[in-house]
Amino acid sequence: MLFSPSIMALVLVSATVSLLILMAAAFALQVTLRWDIHSGSERQLQLERRTYLISTIVAYSFTAELVALLLFIYNAEQMSSQFVGAMCATGVLNINEFGWPTLYLKMAVFFAGAVWLMLNYADNRAYDYPLIKIKYGLLLLIAPLVVAELLVQVSYFSALDPDIITSCCGSLFTPEGEGVAAEVSGVEPATALYALAGSGVSILITGGWFLVRGRGAVAFAALNSIGFFVALIAIVSMIALYVYEHPHHHCPFCILKGGHEFIGYYLYIPLFLSTAFGLGAGVIAPFAKYPSLQQIIKADSRRYVTAALMLMLCFYLVAGFAVGTSSLTMMEVWW
Amino acid sequence: MKSFFLKQRYLIDFTLSSLLRRSGKNIGLLLVYTLIVFMLASVMLFTHALRNEAGHVLAESPEIILQRMIAGRHDLIPGGYLEKIGQVRGVMEKHGRLWGYFFDPAIKANYTLMVPRDRSLGEGEIVVGAGIARTRGVGIGDILSFRSADSRTFSFRVMDILQSDSELVSSDLILLSEAQFRDFFGIPEGFYTDLVLRVRNPKELRTIAEKLTLKLPDTRPILRDEIMRTYDSIFSWRQGIVFILMAGAILAFVIFAWDKASGLSAEERKEIGILKAIGWETADVIRMKFWEGFIISISAFLLGYLLAYLHVFYASAGLFESVLKGWAVLYPEFQPIPYIDGLQVATLFFFTVFPYTVATIIPIWRAAITDPDTVMR
Amino acid sequence: MQTIKLEQVKKIFHQGRPNEFCAIHGIDLTIEPHYTTVLKGPSGSGKTTLLSMIGCLSRPTSGRITIGGDMLSGLPERFMTEIRRKTFGFIFKQFNLIKGLTVLENVMLPAYPLAPNHAALKQHALQLLDQFGLVSKATLNVEFLSGGEAQRTAICRAMINDPEILIADEPTANLDTKLSREFMALIQQLVDQGTTVILTSHDPEVYESPVIDRVVEMRDGLLESL
Repeated sequence: MLFSPSIMALVLVSATVSLLILMAAAFALQVTLRWDIHSGSERQLQLERRTYLISTIVAYSFTAELVALLLFIYNAEQMSSQFVGAMCATGVLNINEFGWPTLYLKMAVFFAGAVWLMLNYADNRAYDYPLIKIKYGLLLLIAPLVVAELLVQVSYFSALDPDIITSCCGSLFTPEGEGVAAEVSGVEPATALYALAGSGVSILITGGWFLVRGRGAVAFAALNSIGFFVALIAIVSMIALYVYEHPHHHCPFCILKGGHEFIGYYLYIPLFLSTAFGLGAGVIAPFAKYPSLQQIIKADSRRYVTAALMLMLCFYLVAGFAVGTSSLTMMEVWW
Repeated sequence: MKSFFLKQRYLIDFTLSSLLRRSGKNIGLLLVYTLIVFMLASVMLFTHALRNEAGHVLAESPEIILQRMIAGRHDLIPGGYLEKIGQVRGVMEKHGRLWGYFFDPAIKANYTLMVPRDRSLGEGEIVVGAGIARTRGVGIGDILSFRSADSRTFSFRVMDILQSDSELVSSDLILLSEAQFRDFFGIPEGFYTDLVLRVRNPKELRTIAEKLTLKLPDTRPILRDEIMRTYDSIFSWRQGIVFILMAGAILAFVIFAWDKASGLSAEERKEIGILKAIGWETADVIRMKFWEGFIISISAFLLGYLLAYLHVFYASAGLFESVLKGWAVLYPEFQPIPYIDGLQVATLFFFTVFPYTVATIIPIWRAAITDPDTVMR
Repeated sequence: MQTIKLEQVKKIFHQGRPNEFCAIHGIDLTIEPHYTTVLKGPSGSGKTTLLSMIGCLSRPTSGRITIGGDMLSGLPERFMTEIRRKTFGFIFKQFNLIKGLTVLENVMLPAYPLAPNHAALKQHALQLLDQFGLVSKATLNVEFLSGGEAQRTAICRAMINDPEILIADEPTANLDTKLSREFMALIQQLVDQGTTVILTSHDPEVYESPVIDRVVEMRDGLLESL
C-alpha cells in the first residue's frame, strides 16, 4: 500500500517535517543554553540569527502539516473504493488500529504548531525576547509529537491490507455499538442541540467580555476548546443526520463528499481555525505580565479572539444552514 | 492587516523585478522545475485517465460474472446452470454470454469476438471496432475473411463500425451473431463462455456470491466491485512505482535547487547587503526570498501541469503511450476524458514544490543574515 | 532631536579566534543634535566601524550606546533595524545603488518594509528627486547615471524615511573636487532643514568645509582629540 503516490507524499511530508523539527529543536536547545540577551558578542548575534531559521522552519513545517492533514482525510476518502466494506474515510481509518491515532496526532500537531507560532510571533516583537526559553522548551515538547505522528502514520499505511474487510460508518457510528464513536452517536439530538447552543452562547459571552474588558482570555480558550468537542459531537449526533437527510446516518466523514456539496469542509475548517485562534489567545494571555509583552499581547489576543469568534460564527451559520435547509424533519420525534 | 498586505505587495513587486533582472539564471531553474512537474503530472494524469476509462468500461459490465472452472481452468459453462441457480433473491436478471479471442495472422493482432445482446446480426454480417477498421483498412460494406479453428474460411461483411467514447475497449472488438459465433469457434449448442447476473443492491452481492458457490461448487463468481478495487490499487501502485523510479530525478532536482539557492552571485550578495544596510530586516529578506520561491514554484507548477494536461488529453500522451499501454498492434486512438483531481494536484505539490521549498530554507536564511554593515567594509 | 551618547564602546572582531582583532578600544563620545560631525582619520583607524555602530548597523562588543536616553547597544538586531530605518539615513562610499532598478525605485526601496501608502511614497520620492535636481532621471536605470547623479540619488534614498540623522561614510571618496564641493553644498541644504549629519572622511574638502561644526580625529581605534 505504501506505493500509492498520495501515501508516499504523506509519508514524505511527515518524514521531512520530523527531520526539520528535530533540527529546529536542536538549534532551539543550543539557543536556550547559551542565550545571553545582554551580551554584544558575536556568538549572541549568531544565536539571534538562528532564531530566524527556527521560526522559518516551524512556519514552513506547520503549513506543510496543515495541507497534509487535509490530504490525509481526502486520501482516506478516495481510498475507500479500494477496501471491502469501506464507503468513506471511516472505513479506511478503521482498517487497522493506527488509523484513528494518526488522525488524532495530526490534529494535535496542527493545534500545537498554530499555538507555537502565535507565541513566537508575540515574543519576536518584544525587544528582550522574554519567552525565548519557554517557547523553545515548548518546541522540544512538540518535536516528539511530530515524530510520533510519523511513526504511527507509517505503521498505519504499511499495515493497510486490502484483504481486510473493514467496518464503515454504518456500523461504527451507531448508538447500538460500543466505544466512543457509538457513545457519541447515541447522544440524543436534542441534548446535542442544547449543548451546542449553550457552548455557543458561553463562547460568545466570554469572547465579548474579553473584547470589552480585556480579561478572561484563558476562560475563553477553555470554553472554545470545549466548544470544539461539543461541535464535533453535535456533528456526529445531529448535524450529519440533517445533511444526509437520514435519521440514522451519523458519519462525520461522508459530509465531506461531493454529494453533500462538500459541506463538511465548510464546517470543519472554520471550527478548527477558530479553536486554534482561541487556544492561541489563551496560551499567550498569561505572558502579558512581562512589561515588554504587555501591549503586544493585548493587541494580539484581541485579534485572535475576534478571529475565533468570527470563525465560530461561520461554523454556527453553516451548521444552521445545513439543518435549516434539510428536508429531514424530526419535529415530533426529537422535540 | 492592511499594512501587512501592502508590505507583501511591496516585497512581491521587488521580487518580480529582481527575478526579471536575473532572468538568465532563473529561466534555467524554471525549465528544470517545469520538466519535473511535467513528467510527474503526465504519469499521474495518464494512469488516472486509464483507471477512469477502466471504470467507465466496468460501469457497464454486470455485477457478477460466473465462470465454470475445470481443473483450475476457465471452461465453457452449460446453459443448464442458469436453471440450477434458480431464484436467488436480489438477482434481477441472468443470462449466458458468448465471447472469445481470435488471433489474426494478417496483422498479428488479437481480436475480441462477441455476441451482442442488443443488436441482431444476420449470416455473414459483423460490426467491427474502430481500431480494426483502421489497421485492416476496411470501411462499411467491405469484406473481412478469417480462418476458423477447423480451417474453414469465413467471409464477413462489415455492417457498421463501433464509435465509442472509450476506444480503449471497443477498438479490437468484433460483433457477430450467435449462430456464426458457435460455428466459427465450434462451440456446441447450450454452452456459454460465462454467465452474468445483474444485482440491484450492492450490499447483497457478497451473500449472493456465497449462495452461488454453494449451489454450483465448480464455478467461480467474479464481482465487478472486486475488479474495480483491483484496478484501483493496481493503477495507484503502478503510479507509485513510476514515482519511485523518478525519485532519483526529484533528488537531483532538489540538489540543483539547493545549489542554485546557495550559490548566490557576488552581485546578489551585494544586493542583499545593500537592502539590509538601508533598513530591510532579516525577516523582510526571508519573506522576499519566500515570494521569489513562491513565484518560481507557482509558474513551474502551473506551466508543467498545463503541459502535462495537453500532453495527456490532447496529444494522447505521445511520449509514453507505447510504454504504458502497448499491449496490442491495434493502438486505440486514446482520447481520455479531461479530468483534474484535487488529491492528485495536492500529491504532485508535495512531490515537487515541497521538496523545492525545503531545499531552499537554509540557503535563504544564510543569505538573509548577511551583516548589514558589509556594504561599509 | 536626540543626543547620541557612547560610553566605553569597544568592538572586537573574530572574538575568541586566533585572528581576534580589536577595532575600537573603548570610546566615549557625545554627539549633539543639529551638529555636523566628521570622524577623521587614516584608513584602519576604526572610523567606519564606529560609524556603523552609531548607525545601528552593528553592535558594540561591550559598552553602551544610547540615543535620547534609549539603550541601543543591548537590542537584538531585529529592533536595531527598526530604530535604524526610522532614525538614520545612509550614504555609502560606493553609492551602492541597486543596478537594474530605476532611480525612483532605488529611492523608494528603504521604505518598502514600512509599507506606506504607495501613492504617497512615490509622491515623496519625486519631491526629493525634484529637490536634488533628478526628477528628469526618475525613470532611468541607475547604471546610466554619472557619478554626481548617483551620489544625489543616494542622498535621496537616504532621506526617503525622513531620518533625523544622516550618516555618510566617506561620501566623496569617488568624487572629484568639483563634485565634492557640490556634495557639501547639498549637505548644507539638509543641515539647514534640521538634519543632524555624521560623516567619516579623510578628504580636506569635507573636514575643512564650512558645513562642519566639529571634527573628531581618530587613530588606532581611539579618539585623538575632542
